[in-house]
Amino acid sequence: MEKKEKHKGCQCDCGFTRRGFLSSMGAGAVALAASGKIVTPAAAAGVKAPMDSLSIQLMINGRSQRLLVEPRWSLLYVLREHLGLTGVKIGCERGECGACTVLINDIPRYGCLTLAVEAEGSKITTLEGLMQGEDLGPVQQAFVEKDAFQCGYCTPGQIMAVEGLLRAKPRPSVAEIQREVSGNLCRCGAYVNIFKAADRAAELKRS
Amino acid sequence: MKEEERDNYYVQGLAVPETPEPGAEPKPWSKTAIVGQARPRVDAYERVSGTAIYPSDYTFANMLYGAILRCPHPHARVKKIDISGARQIDGVHGVLADTTTGGDIRWPYVMQWPYEAEKISKLFDSHCRFEGDAVAAVAAATPCQAMDGVRAIKVDYEVLPFVADERQALKPDAAKVHDDSNQVNKQTYSRGNVEQGFGEADVVLEKTFRTACELHTPLELHGCVANWDGDRLTIWESTQGVYAIQSKVAELLGLPLSKVRVIGHYLGGAFGSKLQPGKYTVIAALLARQTGRPVKLFLAREETFLVVGNRPPANMTIKAGIKKDGTLTALEFTGIATGGAYPAGGMTLLDWLVRDLYTCPHVKTETTDAYINGGPARPFRAPGHPQCSWALEQIIDDLAVAIGMDPVELRFKNIPTVSQGREGTPPYTTTGLEECITKGAEAFGWQQARQRTAAGRKEKGHLKRGVGMGSCVWFAGGGGPPSTMIVKLFSDGSVNLNMGASDIGTGTKTIMAMVVAEELGIKPEMIQIEHGDTGTTQYATSSGGSKTVPTEAPTVRSATIEVKRQLLSMAAVDLAADPADLRYNGQYIEVAGAGSRKIKITDITKLKKRGVVVGVGYRGPNPENKVINPFGAQFCEVEVNIKTGEVRIVRFLGAHESGRVMNRLTFDNQVFGGITMGIGLGMTEFRVLDTNRTGKMVNRNWHDYKLPTALDVPADMISIAIEMPDSEANNTGA
Repeated sequence: MEKKEKHKGCQCDCGFTRRGFLSSMGAGAVALAASGKIVTPAAAAGVKAPMDSLSIQLMINGRSQRLLVEPRWSLLYVLREHLGLTGVKIGCERGECGACTVLINDIPRYGCLTLAVEAEGSKITTLEGLMQGEDLGPVQQAFVEKDAFQCGYCTPGQIMAVEGLLRAKPRPSVAEIQREVSGNLCRCGAYVNIFKAADRAAELKRS
Repeated sequence: MKEEERDNYYVQGLAVPETPEPGAEPKPWSKTAIVGQARPRVDAYERVSGTAIYPSDYTFANMLYGAILRCPHPHARVKKIDISGARQIDGVHGVLADTTTGGDIRWPYVMQWPYEAEKISKLFDSHCRFEGDAVAAVAAATPCQAMDGVRAIKVDYEVLPFVADERQALKPDAAKVHDDSNQVNKQTYSRGNVEQGFGEADVVLEKTFRTACELHTPLELHGCVANWDGDRLTIWESTQGVYAIQSKVAELLGLPLSKVRVIGHYLGGAFGSKLQPGKYTVIAALLARQTGRPVKLFLAREETFLVVGNRPPANMTIKAGIKKDGTLTALEFTGIATGGAYPAGGMTLLDWLVRDLYTCPHVKTETTDAYINGGPARPFRAPGHPQCSWALEQIIDDLAVAIGMDPVELRFKNIPTVSQGREGTPPYTTTGLEECITKGAEAFGWQQARQRTAAGRKEKGHLKRGVGMGSCVWFAGGGGPPSTMIVKLFSDGSVNLNMGASDIGTGTKTIMAMVVAEELGIKPEMIQIEHGDTGTTQYATSSGGSKTVPTEAPTVRSATIEVKRQLLSMAAVDLAADPADLRYNGQYIEVAGAGSRKIKITDITKLKKRGVVVGVGYRGPNPENKVINPFGAQFCEVEVNIKTGEVRIVRFLGAHESGRVMNRLTFDNQVFGGITMGIGLGMTEFRVLDTNRTGKMVNRNWHDYKLPTALDVPADMISIAIEMPDSEANNTGA
């Protein structure tokens, strides 16, 4: 296998590559790779296989929900696809974009990096949980007024990030706002209006 | 409902425009009451409450999830594929490969000028010419199980030599992407005589520039949900144009258009990458047919870095000649770019700014598109323009330094009034460039900022500041036919607007509602909008190219005027008057000159009987031999840490002439968004292919491919609207 890769017309003049380095690491590394499987202590008592199902209870937007989940399911997947909470968006499933931001015990967290089973016993708030009946909450209202979005897809996550910030800090500076929403990507580039909306939301929450 | 509440549907005392005679074209608005305001979006509630259902949000009780097995090599041949393992996996209901029904469907990557000969691929092509090309697909009960299924498919690849850099691709010993040459196309353009032009110049400079490949990566993943009812197919797709998806899917699957319904009410960003269906669309449809269940197939984020388009990398050499007084004498441009492994417009419009932006008598360009073993390009926010701008604006600045002239003044000296790059040099309807530069420089405080930052650079310290500016024109932006829209007025005076176009986040729906409100005098919030559905809304081209508002706004205006004409002739019966003597006046229709003889819209007998008035509008033609293009100028101040090289953008200003500003709020937002994406291309974004060892993309995620974040943009961003009356572009001036 290494042989095949070594040859293939490498046009670089560097004498050292990461792949070359790995292949020189010796028998131990090769043996691990050759087994083709990660060895898990499957026999250990109480350890669940990925496809097993578990019954859990989640506290979502003030209501308790009993669910049957696989241990590998993310909180994002369960909220979105099983409970129909479309205010939790899917963007990358690897903790880079923040589209799935929810509050866990009032702190903004990525739903894709949280397993559903991990969230048991915590207070989960999604965008839907900010609504007051059919009326918008203050952060949502501020996003409307300041046109703090274009396509609107990152918006639920941005709103949750701002909500989390304002719960912890009711009067943030612009620099603090910028830092707190920097874990939420907006490809349309509505950041400047998001800053304005966060500021306006702080004002609305105080009034 | 009480009568007074109904009266609230209309804006009191609003002067609505005159209704033109039947058959006559409406005159451009001289002044407007609602159009041009800064209004929050009509669909803002849905977008901030979570009730806006994006295509990726759809779920059905018996829905399956699709996943695609992709070639891990930049160039390989599938020798053997064994899908039996996938069928054994729990929850897997369907598997597709080139050997299963429909798997050998032809797949033209792009149907785009200027390519004559298409390199046709197949849905599952055993010859994989780029990393990530589709090899097989699975549908299963959960996304995890679908991935389990994909992993259980065994493929034996013959790995082939690859080329992953367009500059190497054109060398004679490079690996071949297709059987023939790696050169896709070469185009040349010339006017005047560049040798003569360089001879007349006082200064001639030549420089080479490169822009890296940029990825669209909209927040909503590419994909769709597909479902069959017998022989009728419904697709909920994240797209810029439902009709574009409908026509290609119908063609590929051999279905009549009437049997393919595409719905796309919302979409989470696209920037040109969702103008066409992907293989995923057809794969979802085939999996749904095979399993008899709805299938949701949205790509994983990593896949969107490989297979759904990009802004091609560009290598540009530019030679420019100038006189001491700032007059450009000649421009010569050579560009090499790549649209990836298939003809996909690698060099589309790459030379356009050189040809058209500044007055220059002698211009020569040559652009070459090369194949590499990389994902095919798709249109990306002004194809070709940002790349060319990077080269052209820098050489212009260098020329300014060389002749000791302010860069703003130099640009002033070379402002065109005609489109020099086009055959016959037709005039623009408006050329806002000069005003963009003047007003922009003034608002930015260009002169003072230049002096201040220059003085600052002489002081001690490692943080130095500088200012820069650039100008631009966009090749399209005027819109045009076809488009059809329907406006329905109900018996209570409220309105339903029916359009096929997508609102990709630019605020199209809001602007259309504002146009209806302008003409009818109704409040925009009383208008319900149906859109983005080939089953229930009217034909529209895809939203993109900054052409949606100038295409759709005149159409909706025509449809609204048609409603007014019908109301006038209905009211004529009640008022026993000639329709030509009647005046539509918002809530009332009155006899001109006899204000007392009037009737409330809601009292019109025929409207009450029929329950609805339907107005159909069509987009008329654009003016002949005129060019409708937007112009702009942007200014920014940066701070550079001269010890680390770190750059911080301090402030940014954009001055844009984009026709009539229909909604100031969404206009400014677009300007900010464009600036932010420009910061990305200029500062943080670049695709990295391992060109030497593996040919694979090494930064296919947002951790390694950096989009600008909230910390990379200045909070100090200003948008200036340059509005010039344009009575020629269309009847809304948009």
